[in-house]
Amino acid sequence: MASTHSPDIYRHRLPTRLWHWINALCIYVLFTSGLGIFNAHPRLYWGEYGANLDMAWLELSRFPGWLTLPEQYSLAMSRHWHLFTAPIFAFSLLFYMLWSLFAGHIRRDLSFRKGELAPSHIWQDIKDHARLKFPTGEAAARYNVLQKSSYIKVIFLFLPIIILTGLAMSPGMDAAWPWLTQMWGGRQSARSIHFIAAWVLAAFFLVHIAMVLLAGPVNEIRSMITGWFTPPQQKEEQA
Amino acid sequence: MSLILTRRALVAGLGVSATGLLTGCDKLAEHKGVRDALFSAENFHQWAQRSLMSRDTLAREYRPDQVSPIFRSNGTRNPNTDEYKSWWREDFANWRLQIDGLVERPLAVSLAQLRQMPAREQITRHDCVEGWSAIGKWRGVPLSSLLKAAGLSDRARYLVFHCADTMGGGAPYYESIDMVDAFHAQTILAYALNDRPLSVANGAPLRLRVERQLGYKQAKYLKRIEAVEKIATVYGGHGGFWEDRAGYDWYAGI
Repeated sequence: MASTHSPDIYRHRLPTRLWHWINALCIYVLFTSGLGIFNAHPRLYWGEYGANLDMAWLELSRFPGWLTLPEQYSLAMSRHWHLFTAPIFAFSLLFYMLWSLFAGHIRRDLSFRKGELAPSHIWQDIKDHARLKFPTGEAAARYNVLQKSSYIKVIFLFLPIIILTGLAMSPGMDAAWPWLTQMWGGRQSARSIHFIAAWVLAAFFLVHIAMVLLAGPVNEIRSMITGWFTPPQQKEEQA
Repeated sequence: MSLILTRRALVAGLGVSATGLLTGCDKLAEHKGVRDALFSAENFHQWAQRSLMSRDTLAREYRPDQVSPIFRSNGTRNPNTDEYKSWWREDFANWRLQIDGLVERPLAVSLAQLRQMPAREQITRHDCVEGWSAIGKWRGVPLSSLLKAAGLSDRARYLVFHCADTMGGGAPYYESIDMVDAFHAQTILAYALNDRPLSVANGAPLRLRVERQLGYKQAKYLKRIEAVEKIATVYGGHGGFWEDRAGYDWYAGI
């Protein structure tokens, strides 16, 4: 029995752990303060302009205080939190992307391996997730295909989108880099996409937390703090 | 079973800690050091944006067919003071724009005089801090030509724009900009919006346009421009009504 017990694996290197927690804190502050900012004008438009008398594609009432930073509506304080945190968030992502590229994190852990993208393999992975069957032993050391695809989409798609649409809303940046606002179809489109991307990331966060809880929260959270992960054993071995 | 309870406890714990974190952030922001750190991000954004563009970089201008059907007004929609009503009754013929402070030749300019000066027209996007935008066509006098006429002193570092309206229980609205924006080609004192004299709701008879910054910098109902060395001694000391009242950033490029 002892011989089949897989030894702990060093799963997350220091830059990954560091970025993960800095990023988690940033996203938390940005999401809650962002909802506070949104509350100043809870309507969304497409195009360059959009105000009360123009067609909104989405009109909401204000988000409740327990979701916003600060709890009491203050556009000024929400903006201070948001604009203080945004550069930390953006530059830590930039450094993490560069590190991932040059330290082989993308090649080693995030790129798809031969056969992984075969429909049958992806389907098998979806079925395993749906049945809450998590990889054990050796397989638990690597990210599975759904994990890889969500991490890649978050790091290389949704996080950059939310940074670039955020910058595109700034009148100063619009003067400096007009293409940045134009590439989204205008300032109000950028604001709409910023909002949608925020909720996509919120959905990722909820699924991410659910997966951590189901896969063994102590082991998962410890591995993101110390780097060391204990591969789950197979059911037969546990018996 | 115990596992499920643990998970439940964890979920509850996460919920509580998330709310706790928010309250914690609110508490943190009450400390002067934290507040100062949060407010200091303004300096970073001002430095970063001004590094990415030159003094003369223009804000984007639009085609006539891209103009908002209705240009939304915000803040004061009618100053409604005795002074303002006396101007409005005479179609602003008795209104003057004072230019004083650290200048060699203080000026008092009438609306007719402003209309005779070389004008600039620009179709630009007005971005409110709240999130909405409106595109409008402005016509007005470049601020730089008035500053040259008045002869700015070397000590002048900021311009304070005094407005005829009061907000939030009697405090006069005002704004301020530095010389980078004061001498920018698109910084104009606008007397017309979409080919019509400025309406009362949009700031008649004259409003400031500082196109690389947010809407609250675009002071309406102008009556006096004062050149000063520092803004710390003007009104609440933060350079504008909203800056004093609510803690808005003085640099509103983001």
